[in-house]
Amino acid sequence: MASVLRYRKLCITEPMLRSYESSETPKDEKQAIETLKVDKKQEKSQTIEKLKNKKKTWGCVNSCCWFIGCMCTTWWLLLFLYHCCPVSLVGFKGPEPPGVRLKNEGLSALHPVVLVPGMVTVGLELWEGRPCSRGLFRKRLWGGSFTGILNRPLCWLEHLSLDNETGLDPPGIRVRPVPGLVAADYFAPGYFVWAVLIENLATIGYEGKNMYMATYDWRLSFQNTEIRDQSLSRLKANIELMYVTNGNKKVVVVPHSMGVTYFLHFLKWVEAPPPMGGGGGPGWCAKHIKSIMNIGPAFLGIPKAVSAMFSAEAREVAFIRAMDPGFLDSEILGLKTMEHMMRVTRTWDSLISLLPKGGDPIWGDLDSAPEDGHECHFETKSYFQSNSRENNNSRNKDSTGPRIQLKHRTKYGRIISFGKTASEQHSSKLHKVAPMELMQVISNATCGEIWTEYGKINRKNIQKLADNKAYTAETFIHLLRYVAPKTMQRAEAHFSHGIATDLDDPKYAHYKYWSNPLETKLPDAPEMEIYTLYGVGIPTERSYVYKLSPSDKCNSIPFRIDSSAEGGCLRGGIYFVDGDESVPVISAGFMCAKGWRGKTRFNPSGSATYIREYRHKPPGFLEGRGLESGHHVDIMGNAALIEDVLRVAAGASGEDIGGDRIYSDILKMSDRVNIEL
Amino acid sequence: MALIRRRKRTHDDVPQSYEDDDKHIKREKKFSCLDNCFWSIGLICAVWWLLLFLYNTMPISFPQYVTEKITGPLPDPPGLKCLKEGLEPKHPVVFVPGIVTGGLELWEGHQCAEGLFRKRLWGGTFGEVYKRPSCWLQHMSLNNETGLDPSGIRIRPVSGLVAADYFAPGYFVWAVLIANLARLGYEEKNMYMAAYDWRLSFQNTEVRDQTLSRIKSNIELMVEINGGEKAVIIPHSMGVLYFLHFMKWVEAPPPMGGGGGSDWCAKHIKAVLNIGGPLLGAPKALAGLFSAEAKDVAFARGIAAGVLESDVFHIQTLQHIMRMSRTWDSTMSMIPKGGDTIWGGLDWSPEAEDEPHTSHNHSNHPNYGRFISFGRDAAELHSSQIQRIDFRGAVKGNNLANSTCREVWTEYHDMGSGGIKATADYKAYTGNDLVDMLHFVAPKMMKRGNRHFSHGLAENLDDPKYAHYRHWSNALETKLPNAPDMEIYSMYGVGIPTERSYVYKLTRATQCYIPFQIDNAAEDPDVCLKDGVYTVDGDETVPALSAGFMCAKGWRGKTRFNPWGVKTYVREYAHNPPSNLLQGRGTQSAAHVDILGNFHLIEDIIRVAAGQQLGGDRVSTHIFKWSEKINIKLH
Repeated sequence: MASVLRYRKLCITEPMLRSYESSETPKDEKQAIETLKVDKKQEKSQTIEKLKNKKKTWGCVNSCCWFIGCMCTTWWLLLFLYHCCPVSLVGFKGPEPPGVRLKNEGLSALHPVVLVPGMVTVGLELWEGRPCSRGLFRKRLWGGSFTGILNRPLCWLEHLSLDNETGLDPPGIRVRPVPGLVAADYFAPGYFVWAVLIENLATIGYEGKNMYMATYDWRLSFQNTEIRDQSLSRLKANIELMYVTNGNKKVVVVPHSMGVTYFLHFLKWVEAPPPMGGGGGPGWCAKHIKSIMNIGPAFLGIPKAVSAMFSAEAREVAFIRAMDPGFLDSEILGLKTMEHMMRVTRTWDSLISLLPKGGDPIWGDLDSAPEDGHECHFETKSYFQSNSRENNNSRNKDSTGPRIQLKHRTKYGRIISFGKTASEQHSSKLHKVAPMELMQVISNATCGEIWTEYGKINRKNIQKLADNKAYTAETFIHLLRYVAPKTMQRAEAHFSHGIATDLDDPKYAHYKYWSNPLETKLPDAPEMEIYTLYGVGIPTERSYVYKLSPSDKCNSIPFRIDSSAEGGCLRGGIYFVDGDESVPVISAGFMCAKGWRGKTRFNPSGSATYIREYRHKPPGFLEGRGLESGHHVDIMGNAALIEDVLRVAAGASGEDIGGDRIYSDILKMSDRVNIEL
Repeated sequence: MALIRRRKRTHDDVPQSYEDDDKHIKREKKFSCLDNCFWSIGLICAVWWLLLFLYNTMPISFPQYVTEKITGPLPDPPGLKCLKEGLEPKHPVVFVPGIVTGGLELWEGHQCAEGLFRKRLWGGTFGEVYKRPSCWLQHMSLNNETGLDPSGIRIRPVSGLVAADYFAPGYFVWAVLIANLARLGYEEKNMYMAAYDWRLSFQNTEVRDQTLSRIKSNIELMVEINGGEKAVIIPHSMGVLYFLHFMKWVEAPPPMGGGGGSDWCAKHIKAVLNIGGPLLGAPKALAGLFSAEAKDVAFARGIAAGVLESDVFHIQTLQHIMRMSRTWDSTMSMIPKGGDTIWGGLDWSPEAEDEPHTSHNHSNHPNYGRFISFGRDAAELHSSQIQRIDFRGAVKGNNLANSTCREVWTEYHDMGSGGIKATADYKAYTGNDLVDMLHFVAPKMMKRGNRHFSHGLAENLDDPKYAHYRHWSNALETKLPNAPDMEIYSMYGVGIPTERSYVYKLTRATQCYIPFQIDNAAEDPDVCLKDGVYTVDGDETVPALSAGFMCAKGWRGKTRFNPWGVKTYVREYAHNPPSNLLQGRGTQSAAHVDILGNFHLIEDIIRVAAGQQLGGDRVSTHIFKWSEKINIKLH
């Protein structure tokens, strides 16, 4: 496989050279031979001059050929040697994988395992498409080598978009998730997602009959995966089947990232009566599920989704823009990359499910947030958690390092602020516009062809939006409703981001609340265990400093992250907190640390919850993506996490594997969150 | 860079060499050979890349355009045709692949298979066969005693449509059918590939992998999520027997069965479209078990006699293959069933022309009934003229095998020369003798297989012994389920000579070899004898009789095999070989596997899946006439 890849690389990097040569060589050769023949007849003195001219071109092409030949031969020789030498010699002996160790300890497969992949990592394949997609039937459009983007980018974008009105397939296009373990074992060749975990599970005896990958189309809203593909029904049927065929052993569910909220939705769906639910009846979860091991869970949403929805940006994009301001916005090539991205991603309902949930009580208001007092330290790429402010200060005095002591607490609660000053000022100094006032601003279309919904908004109104200066998690939803009315209208039929005051209100029986842990009760399954396993020690996006985009053109995105804003936890226009690079600790850990701990109104039957944190340790050279990574996706290769999953799958309980394991401030943060339990 | 500079100079030097510079020439020669090599490799690579580049930039419709220019406009693929007619997906579709075509992947292996985790050992590119052949054989073999995994090895079937859409890159199996169904609107949620480990006996797939339970659960799920529309099942080749087994299993009570209740099939299955199904077995399987040969092998041996037996390389290919394939229980499911009643006796067979016997020594019709005859005389003489010495109870004699043969263990090496002679002395074997003969030559294998398969013809179907699962895959020993609305189609290709019976001889060197081989010298175009193989009409692998008899007679109307009157249809597809290379494997082929790309067949399948009627039988052979000749109790 590797060889093919490398060969491909050769092919890609070489085209310029090759087309130039091969078009020239044969002609030249012929000419040369002819001239040589002529030589013999003609006087030598005349020909030498001519030939010398010829020879120069000859020589260049030939030496190119020669060079390529030389390269190829050496390459083949090396490849040959590589294949010849014994397997053990090539892969230097790494540490023993956890699966092998646990197998030697005597662990073997007991509970069937269900894997629920997250957003983005599942492959999507084409089942029906427009003429431009000919020949791609049942080929992956998403995942794999992504050759589609390079070959026909517009066609590719068109096929990955969903219908703007319904959030389902556009007419004439059917893109479906890949089924089976192959759907998400590797995202791209060589970039594992579930593969390491699968291999370790297989070592202790798991195989196709007791391991199931619950794939779903991650672009759709959760209920729509059932409406269009019956994905939830499939998941239910497969869990029931595995339960029966494995001697009535309950399943262990391992969701990752967005799969966590998807499975939360499933838990409610399966017990709800048809037609909205799966009709499993109360007690289904208690009967079929042993434990849920949420990896990198985005229970309460992620701030990353805010910037993605608002300006199709993320930290990486802002960084690139800072390095090379013209690159992404170049009009010359007609590439409106960001605008295209936004147009496509805004048709994906699932993205809305990741917006921060719970509003100000969870994410903080204008002046305070649960993470207050968090100290950032970028240079060593690791995080210190200070126990108290005093401690923090004293340490800062000692060190002469780049840490900057803040006079004001970082105001994490302001998920979006316009300008750095707005992000730091006290709330009383902020210019305020009531959300209702925003909604009344009349918008009129200014552009012909409308790509993103920003095209419909008048420039003046955009200025007004920016004047509001700072938005919290709650007001941000209002903002979004204003700038993207259609998207939000569509998506809010499927998702809700609030926090329930009375869970017995009959309105909470609607499916739009099922994926929000703050608006649902856990099923009546006192023996079910809920784990949250996540990485800590990586700076994670928490809130953003925005500015108005200078470009006044049609269809351009009027807002962008102010990448020049720096200081303290602010870097490249983004405030960071502790987390796994995508999900902040508060979102991943809060429910298990407080919301569901013991018997609360969210967890009336008192299912046990456990928190397992994994401290990030960057991989050394030659280690690939590391065995101790805490990164959102790489954590799936974390040996300690794999060991925990294997032990639970082999029958251990939360107490057996050591209960909670906490490195971060999650308990303290949870204490600061003041919600009724 | 120094080398490059030198290279340049060699060219500059060419004209000078005409003049006088001898020294120069010598110095150049040092580099010129290697340099020329590099140069030509470079040129080839560059040209190759250019072509590759051009190929990739070529518009996708270009090959089709060229084909249409040469062969005239192509017909619409059936999926598109039906879509234009306004058909829509109605019934969910289940594919049941046959033997060999399903991919198998490694889940746990020995040291030598490192790095192959979840890679295909069977199907795909078969790269590992070349790289580590003995490791591959070791992993593909099953346990000789249990017919299950050997210790420390777990090979499992690939799941999903990818399991059998392509067998090897570019060699489609189900892919064309899938593409056409998708054209109509089918997708993953209403198409399901019932992949199973085709090496195991059918009941063992349930014991080891719970495959039958999975199929049951998936059919139930698909029927439920597709608005209660019953499923259309499309088994191919051995999948036909597998699904027959499934239909009995699902209604049988646990623990042996699936406990679906006696109306499960009626509730969940609309139609079973058997494609090329060896319902009564395939003679090819017999030759495979007896001497690991088939027509192709005998043919290869005829061309290059030494290659397969060469001692020089110590490659005993056939022995290795035999040792591996004899651990696969499933091959025994395809031994011809029904004995003489179905397949004919010494002097008659259903397929032979009705002609009065003359007084000549050689009858002028082939004796298809003699599956295996030793020597051409034994194949052609009238039964009264053959002297047969019964092999049953014969002394097998001393163990032939010496220590060197142990490595390539086949059961023949446990058999003495007496046993081999006794086998050959019986001269001609008919359907009734086959199972006994295999018991004689391969007692261990048959003992294992006997627990899972039966090859007889039931006298009394109500006998309680027929409740055992070993009878479930034999159409002649089971009743169809109580599902009067269900339809069973037999769809198979005809018009290709198909192996029916064999002329064998003893191998000369008996040391480490399989003692019997097909006598490829026997040839007689008048009686369809070629390379030692008698052929009849069929699809190259399954004779028409085996594929069609049950639907033409055994199950037609209300019979004791079909007490509730399930409707049956026979659909034959005449072979029309692809006219040129551009057509690949053709759209009108009837060969056993290629028929899955046959447009007529695909159209029929789509119509059934969309809920239309097909309009009865479509027959071009004498299947009904042959069935007439088979004298079988039906009531």
